[in-house]
Amino acid sequence: MKKYVIIGGGIASLGCIDGIRANDTDGTITLICGEDALPYSRPLISYYLEDKTTMEKMNYRSEEFYKSSGVDIKRGVKAEKIEGSIVICDNGEKIPFDKLLVAAGSSPFVPPIAGAESVKNKFTFMTEEDTLALEKAAKKDSEVLIIGAGLIGLKCAEGLKARVKKITVCDLADRVLSSILDKECAALVEEKLKENGINLMLSDSAESFCGNTAKMKSGKTVDFDILVMAVGVRPNTGLLKDIGADVNRGVLVNDKMETTAENIYAAGDLVESRDISSGTDKIMAILPNAYMGGFCAGSNMAGAEKTFDNQIPMNSIGFFGYHIMTAGSYDGELYEEKSGDSVKKLFIKDNHLAGFIFLGDAVEKAGIYTSLIRNKTPLDTIDFETIKKFPSLLPFSCEYRRKNLGGVL
Amino acid sequence: MKKIYVNEKWCLGCHLCEYNCAFAATGEKNMALALKDKKIYPKVRVEDNGKIMYAVSCRHCDDPICVKSCISGALSKEDGVVKIDKNKCIGCLTCVLVCPYGALVQDGNSAVTKCELCTDNSCGEPACVRGCPNNAICFEER
Repeated sequence: MKKYVIIGGGIASLGCIDGIRANDTDGTITLICGEDALPYSRPLISYYLEDKTTMEKMNYRSEEFYKSSGVDIKRGVKAEKIEGSIVICDNGEKIPFDKLLVAAGSSPFVPPIAGAESVKNKFTFMTEEDTLALEKAAKKDSEVLIIGAGLIGLKCAEGLKARVKKITVCDLADRVLSSILDKECAALVEEKLKENGINLMLSDSAESFCGNTAKMKSGKTVDFDILVMAVGVRPNTGLLKDIGADVNRGVLVNDKMETTAENIYAAGDLVESRDISSGTDKIMAILPNAYMGGFCAGSNMAGAEKTFDNQIPMNSIGFFGYHIMTAGSYDGELYEEKSGDSVKKLFIKDNHLAGFIFLGDAVEKAGIYTSLIRNKTPLDTIDFETIKKFPSLLPFSCEYRRKNLGGVL
Repeated sequence: MKKIYVNEKWCLGCHLCEYNCAFAATGEKNMALALKDKKIYPKVRVEDNGKIMYAVSCRHCDDPICVKSCISGALSKEDGVVKIDKNKCIGCLTCVLVCPYGALVQDGNSAVTKCELCTDNSCGEPACVRGCPNNAICFEER
Protein backbone atom coordinates (compact mmCIF):
# COMPACT_ATOMS: atom_id res chain seq x y z
CA MET A 1 0.00 0.00 0.00
CA LYS A 2 1.48 3.30 -1.08
CA LYS A 3 1.86 6.19 1.34
CA TYR A 4 0.92 9.52 -0.22
CA VAL A 5 1.62 12.80 1.56
CA ILE A 6 0.37 16.19 0.40
CA ILE A 7 1.65 19.48 1.80
CA GLY A 8 -0.79 22.38 1.45
CA GLY A 9 -4.52 22.91 1.87
CA GLY A 10 -5.41 24.56 -1.43
CA ILE A 11 -7.06 23.46 -4.64
CA ALA A 12 -3.91 21.79 -6.03
CA SER A 13 -4.11 19.37 -3.12
CA LEU A 14 -7.77 18.62 -3.87
CA GLY A 15 -6.82 17.93 -7.48
CA CYS A 16 -4.08 15.62 -6.23
CA ILE A 17 -6.49 13.68 -3.99
CA ASP A 18 -8.87 13.26 -6.95
CA GLY A 19 -5.98 12.17 -9.18
CA ILE A 20 -4.72 9.62 -6.65
CA ARG A 21 -8.16 8.18 -5.91
CA ALA A 22 -8.98 7.86 -9.62
CA ASN A 23 -6.08 5.44 -9.84
CA ASP A 24 -5.51 4.00 -6.37
CA THR A 25 -8.27 3.48 -3.83
CA ASP A 26 -6.07 1.68 -1.31
CA GLY A 27 -3.05 3.87 -0.56
CA THR A 28 -3.05 6.13 2.49
CA ILE A 29 -3.25 9.90 1.97
CA THR A 30 -2.07 12.38 4.58
CA LEU A 31 -2.90 16.04 3.95
CA ILE A 32 -0.86 18.57 5.90
CA CYS A 33 -2.73 21.89 6.12
CA GLY A 34 -1.03 24.86 7.70
CA GLU A 35 -4.33 26.49 8.53
CA ASP A 36 -6.93 25.25 11.01
CA ALA A 37 -9.72 25.48 8.43
CA LEU A 38 -10.76 22.72 6.04
CA PRO A 39 -9.37 23.38 2.54
CA TYR A 40 -11.22 26.45 1.30
CA SER A 41 -11.19 28.73 -1.70
CA ARG A 42 -8.92 31.68 -1.10
CA PRO A 43 -10.27 33.66 -4.08
CA LEU A 44 -13.60 33.81 -2.22
CA ILE A 45 -12.43 35.81 0.77
CA SER A 46 -13.47 39.12 -0.80
CA TYR A 47 -16.95 37.67 -1.44
CA TYR A 48 -17.13 36.83 2.25
CA LEU A 49 -16.55 40.49 3.10
CA GLU A 50 -19.30 41.37 0.62
CA ASP A 51 -21.64 38.93 2.40
CA LYS A 52 -21.97 36.90 -0.80
CA THR A 53 -20.69 33.70 0.80
CA THR A 54 -19.99 32.22 4.21
CA MET A 55 -16.94 30.55 5.70
CA GLU A 56 -18.79 27.23 5.51
CA LYS A 57 -19.70 27.64 1.82
CA MET A 58 -16.09 28.56 1.05
CA ASN A 59 -14.95 25.02 1.88
CA TYR A 60 -14.32 23.15 -1.35
CA ARG A 61 -15.56 19.88 0.06
CA SER A 62 -17.36 18.72 3.19
CA GLU A 63 -15.60 17.03 6.08
CA GLU A 64 -17.37 13.85 4.96
CA PHE A 65 -15.49 13.91 1.64
CA TYR A 66 -12.13 13.53 3.38
CA LYS A 67 -13.45 10.68 5.51
CA SER A 68 -14.94 8.79 2.61
CA SER A 69 -11.81 9.38 0.48
CA GLY A 70 -9.61 8.04 3.24
CA VAL A 71 -7.70 11.29 3.71
CA ASP A 72 -6.12 11.94 7.08
CA ILE A 73 -6.12 15.75 7.40
CA LYS A 74 -3.71 17.36 9.79
CA ARG A 75 -5.11 20.83 10.34
CA GLY A 76 -3.04 23.67 11.75
CA VAL A 77 0.16 21.70 11.17
CA LYS A 78 3.04 23.06 9.14
CA ALA A 79 5.59 21.00 7.24
CA GLU A 80 9.01 22.25 8.29
CA LYS A 81 11.45 20.02 6.51
CA ILE A 82 11.77 17.14 4.09
CA GLU A 83 14.39 14.57 5.13
CA GLY A 84 14.85 11.70 2.71
CA SER A 85 11.36 10.26 2.44
CA ILE A 86 10.01 11.78 5.64
CA VAL A 87 8.18 15.08 6.16
CA ILE A 88 8.95 16.66 9.53
CA CYS A 89 6.19 18.87 10.92
CA ASP A 90 6.26 21.76 13.37
CA ASN A 91 4.48 19.64 15.98
CA GLY A 92 7.32 17.14 15.87
CA GLU A 93 5.42 14.58 13.84
CA LYS A 94 7.42 12.64 11.25
CA ILE A 95 5.36 11.47 8.29
CA PRO A 96 6.93 8.97 5.88
CA PHE A 97 5.97 9.00 2.21
CA ASP A 98 6.43 7.00 -0.96
CA LYS A 99 5.17 9.91 -3.09
CA LEU A 100 4.96 13.52 -1.97
CA LEU A 101 3.18 16.55 -3.43
CA VAL A 102 4.37 19.97 -2.33
CA ALA A 103 1.54 22.42 -2.92
CA ALA A 104 2.55 25.01 -0.37
CA GLY A 105 1.27 27.95 -2.40
CA SER A 106 2.54 31.47 -1.96
CA SER A 107 2.72 34.12 0.72
CA PRO A 108 2.06 37.85 0.61
CA PHE A 109 5.15 39.88 -0.09
CA VAL A 110 5.39 42.83 2.28
CA PRO A 111 8.06 45.28 1.17
CA PRO A 112 9.94 47.10 3.88
CA ILE A 113 8.56 50.64 4.14
CA ALA A 114 9.95 53.14 6.63
CA GLY A 115 7.74 53.59 9.68
CA ALA A 116 5.60 50.49 8.94
CA GLU A 117 6.07 49.37 12.55
CA SER A 118 4.17 52.47 13.71
CA VAL A 119 1.00 51.41 11.82
CA LYS A 120 -1.46 49.77 14.20
CA ASN A 121 -4.08 48.23 11.89
CA LYS A 122 -1.97 46.54 9.23
CA PHE A 123 -3.17 43.56 7.19
CA THR A 124 -2.45 41.31 4.27
CA PHE A 125 -5.33 39.72 2.33
CA MET A 126 -4.89 36.09 1.53
CA THR A 127 -6.29 33.77 4.20
CA GLU A 128 -9.47 33.29 6.22
CA GLU A 129 -7.58 34.54 9.23
CA ASP A 130 -6.63 37.78 7.40
CA THR A 131 -10.26 38.16 6.36
CA LEU A 132 -11.72 37.73 9.83
CA ALA A 133 -9.19 40.18 11.26
CA LEU A 134 -10.05 42.72 8.57
CA GLU A 135 -13.76 42.19 9.11
CA LYS A 136 -13.32 42.92 12.80
CA ALA A 137 -11.25 46.05 12.19
CA ALA A 138 -13.49 47.52 9.46
CA LYS A 139 -15.96 50.02 10.89
CA LYS A 140 -18.55 52.24 9.20
CA ASP A 141 -16.29 55.27 9.63
CA SER A 142 -13.01 53.55 8.70
CA GLU A 143 -10.73 54.92 6.03
CA VAL A 144 -8.75 52.23 4.24
CA LEU A 145 -5.51 52.48 2.30
CA ILE A 146 -4.67 49.53 0.07
CA ILE A 147 -1.16 49.30 -1.34
CA GLY A 148 -1.38 47.48 -4.67
CA ALA A 149 -4.01 47.71 -7.42
CA GLY A 150 -3.63 44.12 -8.61
CA LEU A 151 -6.20 41.34 -8.35
CA ILE A 152 -5.85 40.97 -4.57
CA GLY A 153 -5.84 44.68 -3.74
CA LEU A 154 -8.84 45.52 -5.92
CA LYS A 155 -10.88 42.51 -4.80
CA CYS A 156 -10.17 43.56 -1.22
CA ALA A 157 -11.40 47.08 -2.06
CA GLU A 158 -14.62 45.72 -3.55
CA GLY A 159 -15.16 43.43 -0.57
CA LEU A 160 -14.70 46.22 1.95
CA LYS A 161 -16.58 48.94 0.07
CA ALA A 162 -19.95 48.62 1.80
CA ARG A 163 -18.36 48.17 5.22
CA VAL A 164 -16.25 51.31 5.46
CA LYS A 165 -16.32 55.05 4.79
CA LYS A 166 -13.47 55.51 2.36
CA ILE A 167 -11.11 53.34 0.33
CA THR A 168 -7.98 54.48 -1.47
CA VAL A 169 -5.95 52.09 -3.59
CA CYS A 170 -2.47 53.09 -4.74
CA ASP A 171 -0.01 51.40 -7.07
CA LEU A 172 3.37 52.26 -8.49
CA ALA A 173 2.16 51.12 -11.91
CA ASP A 174 0.41 53.67 -14.11
CA ARG A 175 -2.76 51.55 -14.26
CA VAL A 176 -4.81 49.00 -12.35
CA LEU A 177 -4.38 45.25 -12.99
CA SER A 178 -1.16 45.95 -14.86
CA SER A 179 -0.31 42.24 -15.06
CA ILE A 180 -3.39 41.44 -17.16
CA LEU A 181 -4.68 44.65 -18.78
CA ASP A 182 -3.34 47.17 -21.25
CA LYS A 183 -3.66 50.88 -20.61
CA GLU A 184 -6.89 51.33 -22.56
CA CYS A 185 -8.77 48.47 -20.88
CA ALA A 186 -7.38 49.40 -17.48
CA ALA A 187 -8.81 52.91 -17.96
CA LEU A 188 -12.31 51.46 -18.39
CA VAL A 189 -11.95 49.39 -15.22
CA GLU A 190 -10.61 52.44 -13.38
CA GLU A 191 -13.72 54.34 -14.41
CA LYS A 192 -15.97 51.60 -12.96
CA LEU A 193 -14.00 51.56 -9.74
CA LYS A 194 -14.26 55.33 -9.38
CA GLU A 195 -17.99 55.28 -10.17
CA ASN A 196 -18.33 52.87 -7.27
CA GLY A 197 -16.48 55.12 -4.89
CA ILE A 198 -12.96 53.66 -4.92
CA ASN A 199 -10.25 56.34 -4.92
CA LEU A 200 -7.23 55.51 -7.02
CA MET A 201 -3.70 56.88 -6.74
CA LEU A 202 -1.72 55.47 -9.66
CA SER A 203 1.99 55.90 -10.41
CA ASP A 204 2.25 56.53 -6.70
CA SER A 205 2.82 54.53 -3.54
CA ALA A 206 3.58 54.89 0.14
CA GLU A 207 7.16 55.92 0.81
CA SER A 208 6.88 56.02 4.58
CA PHE A 209 4.36 55.80 7.40
CA CYS A 210 4.01 57.86 10.50
CA GLY A 211 1.31 56.25 12.63
CA ASN A 212 -1.86 56.38 10.57
CA THR A 213 -0.56 58.66 7.86
CA ALA A 214 1.16 57.54 4.68
CA LYS A 215 3.58 59.85 2.98
CA MET A 216 3.37 59.10 -0.73
CA LYS A 217 6.18 59.22 -3.30
CA SER A 218 4.37 62.13 -4.97
CA GLY A 219 4.60 64.12 -1.75
CA LYS A 220 0.88 63.76 -0.98
CA THR A 221 -0.27 62.33 2.32
CA VAL A 222 -3.05 59.83 2.98
CA ASP A 223 -4.65 59.37 6.40
CA PHE A 224 -6.09 55.96 7.13
CA ASP A 225 -7.37 53.71 9.90
CA ILE A 226 -6.67 50.44 8.12
CA LEU A 227 -3.72 49.55 5.90
CA VAL A 228 -3.79 46.56 3.55
CA MET A 229 -0.57 45.44 1.89
CA ALA A 230 -1.33 43.78 -1.45
CA VAL A 231 1.72 44.40 -3.60
CA GLY A 232 2.19 40.79 -4.61
CA VAL A 233 3.00 37.27 -3.54
CA ARG A 234 6.10 35.09 -3.29
CA PRO A 235 6.00 31.35 -3.99
CA ASN A 236 6.73 29.17 -0.94
CA THR A 237 9.67 27.32 -2.45
CA GLY A 238 11.69 26.91 0.78
CA LEU A 239 10.96 23.23 1.50
CA LEU A 240 12.13 22.20 -1.95
CA LYS A 241 15.03 24.63 -2.16
CA ASP A 242 16.37 23.21 1.11
CA ILE A 243 16.66 19.71 -0.35
CA GLY A 244 18.34 20.94 -3.52
CA ALA A 245 15.44 20.64 -5.96
CA ASP A 246 15.74 22.98 -8.93
CA VAL A 247 14.06 26.28 -8.17
CA ASN A 248 14.08 29.37 -10.33
CA ARG A 249 11.50 32.00 -9.35
CA GLY A 250 9.15 29.08 -8.80
CA VAL A 251 9.78 25.36 -8.42
CA LEU A 252 10.70 23.76 -11.72
CA VAL A 253 8.52 20.83 -12.78
CA ASN A 254 8.23 18.79 -15.96
CA ASP A 255 4.88 18.22 -17.67
CA LYS A 256 4.18 15.33 -15.29
CA MET A 257 4.51 17.83 -12.42
CA GLU A 258 7.64 16.07 -11.12
CA THR A 259 10.26 18.22 -9.42
CA THR A 260 13.91 17.33 -9.85
CA ALA A 261 13.81 15.61 -6.44
CA GLU A 262 12.92 11.92 -6.62
CA ASN A 263 9.32 10.97 -5.78
CA ILE A 264 8.44 14.60 -5.11
CA TYR A 265 5.89 16.49 -7.17
CA ALA A 266 4.74 20.10 -7.01
CA ALA A 267 1.65 21.98 -8.19
CA GLY A 268 -0.15 25.26 -7.68
CA ASP A 269 1.08 28.77 -7.05
CA LEU A 270 4.66 27.74 -6.29
CA VAL A 271 5.51 26.13 -9.63
CA GLU A 272 6.97 27.63 -12.72
CA SER A 273 5.74 26.06 -15.92
CA ARG A 274 5.50 26.57 -19.65
CA ASP A 275 2.93 29.06 -20.92
CA ILE A 276 2.12 27.55 -24.33
CA SER A 277 0.66 30.84 -25.58
CA SER A 278 4.03 32.58 -25.34
CA GLY A 279 6.43 29.64 -25.10
CA THR A 280 7.97 31.06 -21.92
CA ASP A 281 8.25 29.60 -18.43
CA LYS A 282 6.47 31.48 -15.69
CA ILE A 283 4.47 31.22 -12.51
CA MET A 284 0.80 31.11 -13.50
CA ALA A 285 -0.79 31.35 -10.09
CA ILE A 286 -4.38 30.72 -11.05
CA LEU A 287 -6.87 28.30 -9.63
CA PRO A 288 -7.81 26.15 -12.65
CA ASN A 289 -4.15 25.44 -13.42
CA ALA A 290 -3.53 24.56 -9.77
CA TYR A 291 -6.34 21.99 -9.78
CA MET A 292 -5.30 20.50 -13.11
CA GLY A 293 -1.62 20.43 -12.10
CA GLY A 294 -2.55 18.75 -8.82
CA PHE A 295 -4.74 16.21 -10.61
CA CYS A 296 -1.94 15.39 -13.03
CA ALA A 297 0.55 15.02 -10.16
CA GLY A 298 -1.83 12.81 -8.17
CA SER A 299 -2.50 10.54 -11.14
CA ASN A 300 1.22 10.10 -11.77
CA MET A 301 1.95 9.55 -8.07
CA ALA A 302 -0.53 6.68 -8.22
CA GLY A 303 1.19 5.12 -11.21
CA ALA A 304 -0.80 6.53 -14.14
CA GLU A 305 0.80 8.33 -17.08
CA LYS A 306 -0.60 11.87 -17.26
CA THR A 307 0.79 15.08 -18.63
CA PHE A 308 -0.33 18.65 -18.14
CA ASP A 309 1.12 20.42 -21.12
CA ASN A 310 -1.40 23.04 -22.22
CA GLN A 311 -1.17 25.68 -19.53
CA ILE A 312 -1.92 29.29 -20.29
CA PRO A 313 -2.51 32.25 -18.01
CA MET A 314 -6.23 33.05 -17.83
CA ASN A 315 -8.41 35.10 -15.55
CA SER A 316 -12.07 35.79 -15.08
CA ILE A 317 -12.73 38.53 -12.59
CA GLY A 318 -15.24 41.27 -12.07
CA PHE A 319 -15.68 44.44 -10.09
CA PHE A 320 -19.09 45.83 -9.16
CA GLY A 321 -20.74 43.71 -11.87
CA TYR A 322 -18.27 44.65 -14.62
CA HIS A 323 -16.64 41.50 -15.98
CA ILE A 324 -13.07 41.10 -17.18
CA MET A 325 -11.69 38.03 -18.93
CA THR A 326 -8.16 37.61 -20.17
CA ALA A 327 -6.15 34.69 -21.52
CA GLY A 328 -2.86 33.88 -23.19
CA SER A 329 -0.34 36.47 -24.35
CA TYR A 330 -0.98 39.83 -25.99
CA ASP A 331 1.33 39.34 -28.89
CA GLY A 332 0.66 39.61 -32.60
CA GLU A 333 -1.90 41.24 -34.83
CA LEU A 334 -4.81 42.88 -33.01
CA TYR A 335 -8.49 42.49 -33.87
CA GLU A 336 -10.73 44.69 -31.77
CA GLU A 337 -14.36 45.66 -31.29
CA LYS A 338 -15.60 48.31 -28.92
CA SER A 339 -19.06 49.44 -28.02
CA GLY A 340 -19.86 51.37 -24.87
CA ASP A 341 -17.98 49.72 -22.03
CA SER A 342 -17.75 46.40 -23.86
CA VAL A 343 -14.34 45.64 -25.39
CA LYS A 344 -13.06 42.65 -27.29
CA LYS A 345 -9.41 42.33 -28.23
CA LEU A 346 -8.02 39.25 -29.94
CA PHE A 347 -4.28 38.81 -30.54
CA ILE A 348 -3.42 36.68 -33.55
CA LYS A 349 0.05 35.33 -34.24
CA ASP A 350 1.37 32.83 -36.77
CA ASN A 351 -2.04 31.43 -37.70
CA HIS A 352 -2.96 30.95 -34.01
CA LEU A 353 -4.94 32.85 -31.43
CA ALA A 354 -2.33 33.96 -28.89
CA GLY A 355 -4.53 35.74 -26.37
CA PHE A 356 -7.48 37.98 -25.64
CA ILE A 357 -8.90 40.67 -23.38
CA PHE A 358 -12.70 40.94 -23.00
CA LEU A 359 -14.55 43.52 -20.94
CA GLY A 360 -18.26 43.87 -20.19
CA ASP A 361 -20.70 41.94 -22.38
CA ALA A 362 -17.91 40.65 -24.61
CA VAL A 363 -17.23 37.86 -22.10
CA GLU A 364 -20.08 35.65 -23.28
CA LYS A 365 -18.95 32.26 -24.65
CA ALA A 366 -15.31 33.27 -24.08
CA GLY A 367 -14.40 29.61 -23.58
CA ILE A 368 -14.64 29.03 -27.31
CA TYR A 369 -11.70 31.43 -27.74
CA THR A 370 -9.86 30.03 -24.72
CA SER A 371 -9.97 26.55 -26.23
CA LEU A 372 -8.55 27.88 -29.52
CA ILE A 373 -5.52 29.07 -27.52
CA ARG A 374 -5.21 25.95 -25.35
CA ASN A 375 -5.64 23.58 -28.29
CA LYS A 376 -3.35 25.68 -30.52
CA THR A 377 -5.98 25.41 -33.26
CA PRO A 378 -4.54 26.50 -36.64
CA LEU A 379 -6.86 29.36 -37.60
CA ASP A 380 -6.92 28.36 -41.27
CA THR A 381 -8.74 25.15 -40.26
CA ILE A 382 -11.79 27.12 -39.07
CA ASP A 383 -13.73 30.09 -40.39
CA PHE A 384 -11.83 32.65 -38.34
CA GLU A 385 -13.39 35.67 -40.05
CA THR A 386 -16.73 34.57 -38.56
CA ILE A 387 -15.55 33.41 -35.17
CA LYS A 388 -13.59 36.56 -34.45
CA LYS A 389 -16.89 38.42 -34.55
CA PHE A 390 -19.26 35.83 -33.07
CA PRO A 391 -18.09 33.03 -30.79
CA SER A 392 -20.00 29.88 -31.72
CA LEU A 393 -19.42 26.39 -33.08
CA LEU A 394 -20.56 27.42 -36.58
CA PRO A 395 -17.04 28.27 -37.80
CA PHE A 396 -15.85 24.74 -36.95
CA SER A 397 -16.14 21.83 -39.33
CA CYS A 398 -19.32 19.82 -39.63
CA GLU A 399 -17.37 16.79 -38.32
CA TYR A 400 -16.34 18.72 -35.22
CA ARG A 401 -19.95 19.47 -34.43
CA ARG A 402 -21.12 15.96 -35.25
CA LYS A 403 -18.54 14.55 -32.89
CA ASN A 404 -19.15 17.00 -30.05
CA LEU A 405 -22.86 17.72 -30.30
CA GLY A 406 -24.04 14.58 -32.05
CA GLY A 407 -21.96 12.13 -30.06
CA VAL A 408 -20.68 10.51 -33.27
CA LEU A 409 -17.13 9.29 -32.75
CA MET B 1 -25.86 6.86 -20.08
CA LYS B 2 -28.50 8.92 -21.86
CA LYS B 3 -27.42 12.37 -23.00
CA ILE B 4 -28.77 15.15 -25.20
CA TYR B 5 -27.58 15.02 -28.81
CA VAL B 6 -28.47 17.14 -31.79
CA ASN B 7 -29.14 16.17 -35.39
CA GLU B 8 -27.94 19.29 -37.16
CA LYS B 9 -29.68 18.42 -40.43
CA TRP B 10 -33.11 18.31 -38.81
CA CYS B 11 -32.99 21.57 -36.84
CA LEU B 12 -35.48 24.15 -38.13
CA GLY B 13 -34.01 27.01 -36.11
CA CYS B 14 -37.38 27.62 -34.45
CA HIS B 15 -35.85 28.30 -30.99
CA LEU B 16 -38.70 26.42 -29.28
CA CYS B 17 -36.11 24.50 -27.27
CA GLU B 18 -34.96 27.75 -25.68
CA TYR B 19 -38.50 28.62 -24.58
CA ASN B 20 -39.25 25.11 -23.36
CA CYS B 21 -36.01 25.15 -21.39
CA ALA B 22 -36.74 28.50 -19.77
CA PHE B 23 -40.33 27.41 -19.06
CA ALA B 24 -39.26 24.13 -17.44
CA ALA B 25 -37.12 26.10 -15.00
CA THR B 26 -40.10 28.16 -13.79
CA GLY B 27 -42.16 25.19 -12.58
CA GLU B 28 -45.30 27.05 -13.79
CA LYS B 29 -48.19 25.45 -15.69
CA ASN B 30 -48.83 28.03 -18.41
CA MET B 31 -45.94 29.01 -20.67
CA ALA B 32 -47.43 32.29 -21.83
CA LEU B 33 -48.06 33.47 -18.28
CA ALA B 34 -44.68 32.24 -17.10
CA LEU B 35 -42.55 33.83 -19.83
CA LYS B 36 -44.55 36.75 -21.21
CA ASP B 37 -42.55 40.00 -21.18
CA LYS B 38 -39.71 38.28 -19.28
CA LYS B 39 -36.09 38.06 -20.36
CA ILE B 40 -35.31 34.37 -20.58
CA TYR B 41 -32.06 32.62 -19.68
CA PRO B 42 -32.29 29.28 -21.47
CA LYS B 43 -29.61 26.68 -20.90
CA VAL B 44 -29.83 25.53 -24.50
CA ARG B 45 -29.07 28.03 -27.27
CA VAL B 46 -29.63 27.78 -31.00
CA GLU B 47 -26.74 28.79 -33.23
CA ASP B 48 -27.84 29.72 -36.71
CA ASN B 49 -26.11 31.34 -39.70
CA GLY B 50 -29.08 30.99 -42.05
CA LYS B 51 -27.75 27.75 -43.56
CA ILE B 52 -26.64 25.69 -40.59
CA MET B 53 -28.56 25.58 -37.32
CA TYR B 54 -28.48 23.44 -34.21
CA ALA B 55 -28.97 23.67 -30.46
CA VAL B 56 -26.04 23.74 -28.02
CA SER B 57 -26.28 22.66 -24.41
CA CYS B 58 -23.84 21.21 -21.87
CA ARG B 59 -22.03 18.11 -23.13
CA HIS B 60 -21.52 16.73 -19.60
CA CYS B 61 -17.92 16.10 -20.63
CA ASP B 62 -16.03 13.04 -19.41
CA ASP B 63 -13.34 15.39 -18.15
CA PRO B 64 -15.27 18.62 -17.46
CA ILE B 65 -12.91 21.58 -17.43
CA CYS B 66 -15.63 23.78 -15.89
CA VAL B 67 -15.74 21.58 -12.77
CA LYS B 68 -11.96 21.59 -12.53
CA SER B 69 -11.82 25.36 -12.89
CA CYS B 70 -14.68 26.40 -10.58
CA ILE B 71 -13.26 28.64 -7.87
CA SER B 72 -16.14 28.16 -5.46
CA GLY B 73 -16.74 24.41 -5.66
CA ALA B 74 -20.21 25.13 -7.09
CA LEU B 75 -19.81 22.82 -10.08
CA SER B 76 -19.62 19.08 -9.66
CA LYS B 77 -20.33 15.95 -11.65
CA GLU B 78 -22.79 13.50 -10.13
CA ASP B 79 -24.06 10.36 -11.83
CA GLY B 80 -22.80 11.63 -15.18
CA VAL B 81 -24.49 15.04 -14.89
CA VAL B 82 -22.50 18.24 -14.46
CA LYS B 83 -24.45 20.19 -11.84
CA ILE B 84 -24.25 23.68 -10.43
CA ASP B 85 -25.02 24.60 -6.83
CA LYS B 86 -26.32 28.15 -7.26
CA ASN B 87 -26.07 28.66 -3.55
CA LYS B 88 -22.29 28.36 -3.81
CA CYS B 89 -21.82 30.07 -7.20
CA ILE B 90 -20.55 33.64 -6.83
CA GLY B 91 -20.78 34.49 -10.53
CA CYS B 92 -17.06 34.86 -11.27
CA LEU B 93 -17.67 33.28 -14.72
CA THR B 94 -14.46 31.22 -14.71
CA CYS B 95 -16.57 28.36 -16.13
CA VAL B 96 -17.67 30.64 -18.99
CA LEU B 97 -13.99 31.41 -19.59
CA VAL B 98 -13.09 27.73 -20.04
CA CYS B 99 -16.11 25.92 -21.56
CA PRO B 100 -15.20 25.12 -25.19
CA TYR B 101 -18.89 24.97 -26.17
CA GLY B 102 -20.12 28.21 -24.63
CA ALA B 103 -22.64 26.08 -22.73
CA LEU B 104 -22.63 27.94 -19.42
CA VAL B 105 -24.58 31.19 -19.31
CA GLN B 106 -25.32 33.95 -16.83
CA ASP B 107 -28.72 33.54 -15.18
CA GLY B 108 -29.52 37.26 -14.84
CA ASN B 109 -29.11 36.94 -11.09
CA SER B 110 -25.31 37.06 -10.58
CA ALA B 111 -24.90 33.32 -10.90
CA VAL B 112 -24.35 30.89 -13.75
CA THR B 113 -26.86 28.41 -15.06
CA LYS B 114 -26.46 25.31 -17.18
CA CYS B 115 -28.25 22.26 -18.50
CA GLU B 116 -28.66 19.51 -15.92
CA LEU B 117 -30.70 17.29 -18.28
CA CYS B 118 -33.88 18.48 -16.48
CA THR B 119 -32.87 16.54 -13.35
CA ASP B 120 -33.19 19.90 -11.55
CA ASN B 121 -36.91 20.31 -12.30
CA SER B 122 -40.02 18.16 -12.41
CA CYS B 123 -39.97 17.72 -16.18
CA GLY B 124 -38.79 14.13 -16.30
CA GLU B 125 -37.42 13.95 -19.83
CA PRO B 126 -35.45 17.05 -20.96
CA ALA B 127 -37.95 19.75 -21.99
CA CYS B 128 -35.94 20.81 -25.06
CA VAL B 129 -36.12 17.26 -26.39
CA ARG B 130 -39.80 16.71 -25.64
CA GLY B 131 -40.78 19.98 -27.30
CA CYS B 132 -38.61 19.75 -30.41
CA PRO B 133 -41.03 19.56 -33.37
CA ASN B 134 -38.57 17.85 -35.72
CA ASN B 135 -36.63 15.45 -33.46
CA ALA B 136 -33.53 17.55 -34.00
CA ILE B 137 -32.67 17.15 -30.31
CA CYS B 138 -32.80 13.72 -28.76
CA PHE B 139 -32.11 12.13 -25.42
CA GLU B 140 -30.52 8.73 -25.83
CA GLU B 141 -27.51 6.48 -25.40
CA ARG B 142 -24.98 6.81 -28.18
